[in-house]
Amino acid sequence: MQKSKKRQQIFQKVKDAKREQLIPLLQEIQETEGYISPDAVKELGQVLKIPASKIYGVATFYNQFRFKPIGKFHIQVCRGTACHVRGSANVMQTLEQEFNLKPGETTRDGLFSLEVVACLGACGLAPVVSINGEFHANMSGPKLVKLLRKLQRKETQKN
Amino acid sequence: MFTLEVNGRKIEARNGETILDVLNRAGVKVPTLCHMKELFPSGACRVCSVEVEGFNTLIPSCAYPAQEGMVIKTNSPRVIKARKTIIELLLANHVQDCLYCVRNGDCELQELAAVYGVRERRFPAEPEKRPIDVSSPSIIRDQNKCILCGKCVRTCEEIMGVSAIDFVHRGSKTIIAPAFEAKLNVSSCINCGQCVLVCPTGALRERSYLKEVTDALQNPNKFVVVQHAPAVSVTISEEFGLKPGKDVDRLLVNALRRLGFDRVFDTAFSADLTIMEEASELVERLQNGSQIPMMTSCSPGWIKYVEQFYPEFIPNISTCKSPQQMLGAVIKNIFAKEQGIAPENIFSVAIMPCTAKKFEAERPEFSANGYADIDAVLTTRELARLIRMYGIEFDSLEPQEPDSPFGTRTTAGKLFGGTGGVMEAALRTVYYMITGKEPQDLVFEEVRGLKGVREARVKIGDIELGVAVANGIKNAKALLEQIKAGRNDLHFIEVMTCPGGCIGGGGQPFNTDQNRVRARLQALYQIDQNEPLRASHQNPLVNELYEKYLERPLSHQSHKLLHTNYAERDVLV
Repeated sequence: MQKSKKRQQIFQKVKDAKREQLIPLLQEIQETEGYISPDAVKELGQVLKIPASKIYGVATFYNQFRFKPIGKFHIQVCRGTACHVRGSANVMQTLEQEFNLKPGETTRDGLFSLEVVACLGACGLAPVVSINGEFHANMSGPKLVKLLRKLQRKETQKN
Repeated sequence: MFTLEVNGRKIEARNGETILDVLNRAGVKVPTLCHMKELFPSGACRVCSVEVEGFNTLIPSCAYPAQEGMVIKTNSPRVIKARKTIIELLLANHVQDCLYCVRNGDCELQELAAVYGVRERRFPAEPEKRPIDVSSPSIIRDQNKCILCGKCVRTCEEIMGVSAIDFVHRGSKTIIAPAFEAKLNVSSCINCGQCVLVCPTGALRERSYLKEVTDALQNPNKFVVVQHAPAVSVTISEEFGLKPGKDVDRLLVNALRRLGFDRVFDTAFSADLTIMEEASELVERLQNGSQIPMMTSCSPGWIKYVEQFYPEFIPNISTCKSPQQMLGAVIKNIFAKEQGIAPENIFSVAIMPCTAKKFEAERPEFSANGYADIDAVLTTRELARLIRMYGIEFDSLEPQEPDSPFGTRTTAGKLFGGTGGVMEAALRTVYYMITGKEPQDLVFEEVRGLKGVREARVKIGDIELGVAVANGIKNAKALLEQIKAGRNDLHFIEVMTCPGGCIGGGGQPFNTDQNRVRARLQALYQIDQNEPLRASHQNPLVNELYEKYLERPLSHQSHKLLHTNYAERDVLV
């Protein structure tokens, strides 16, 4: 319910919101909630009078929107040119093999989520991976797995 | 008016026409996959491309306005090569199982591939295999056969106003899906099947219950009863090569008998029964002044639409079950007792022009005393397939009479097959119920035709009724919005989900278009004109049913068997 209240505040900011406001509103919802939920789409649809399928269609057109809650550790893998040349595809592949983690998804334990970004602006450190905003340089598949396993162990110890 | 040149021939064109319009009128055939006559062009498939002098690129004729002095080539080597390449590319992404496809021999993509001489796979690709969505009781969606023409999306949005599906993702990853890629059964899909009618390939098809029906027909312990809807006898002939608008009612009865059904009944009989109940309900509501306007309940797509989008109007919907469900309930509960057959040994089949009827038959509301009213629903298309499978030559059939007691109908019941028909049938009986006399003119011309919404003021005794008829859900939506905004001069509204009503239903033959629908509607009017029994209250067997079992319309027993209630449905809309 808390969520719904926050959403109403977002909607109220744009008086007489029209279809043109769809993308900014989606962005704002994602910013406050971390992802776009069916519930949010439903409410947004009522405000803008757009069917849910249309909203979902628009949102999936862009890479920026996610439809599952982000994990405790949000991993951004850079797929820019420099990172690609230095093997970021390999990093992605490893993540899928080891953690069954695909772009836009979250692991079932809610620990890790993966996002693909075009460029993090740190080409000198390629391939770059950012975890909760912290940059990790010269990544490779095995290096990232080691890092993530460490985080995983820490979390299980905490519990 | 101006002229342009097509393949060296001068052709007249009108202002505002697209190149495709001009070509079609001039008898020049240009292939299309995504084009829809009544809707704004989308230019998605490009197979209608033509060469126009002075243009560097090929022009999609469906989306480009005709201009004076254009010099157009529709079959230059460049055009032919481009079209062939487009088809080859579509096929590169297409699952290669034509032999097993329901549309084999009746597929627009397959036909184009044949016409343009695609005889080898130039672009071998292994498209990602996507699971087939079999969740819906009405419609099966196979993404592997989808060519992304977008006709289903546009139909769902622009004709139905439902928008259950849309394009999802981008570029080569694009698919068509409901919101959050949910399965169809939990989406806002109303099962109307109009998307199935427009799909050029086998990506959308009805869920078939042929196996269930043939199994029952083979089972010596099952007493298999069939009913056929009013709209089936005026369309199924098209499946056997006859021209649209031919009524083959009595031949259909014979065909159904030859298939092995133990009893052949007519849904138009229970349409008469529906009118007795619905007209009485309207009279009662008018007297009580409650929940006016009353809205019809025969069209299951419309019912689901209201449950999802306008639950505040649920009390306005007539509590009458649809004719299919009424006859189903009467067969399992009254006919069974009369014949001394245990209801569980009766297998009740309905032949319907409709995919939503399959959904309706599975609704938990529609079972009395623990027996589902209807066991299986076949569309017109499925019945035609069954007739072919059983080797019945439709042309050589002799006409036969349907079975008693549910084979006799009035033409009012038959009119149910087309838009405005329920209204007209109801008005005839309401008039009789209120005044005790038959109306002077049985034909209510204002409610006839194919216009999206038709309205009339009808004087009955001292009261004047405001009535409206809508076909195509988007038109009904407009009416609902008017009522929401305070409009209060309407008393009775008929809504049929599909454009044209059941004769344009989602279970009808594939090449359904406006001209065919018009011919089918004329066939219904013709039947109404030719026969003597034209009002539901004159149906002797309906009256007998009341005398023997149901007492009178809206009696306790009628309520138990023939009425139901609906509730709000929570889906992502």
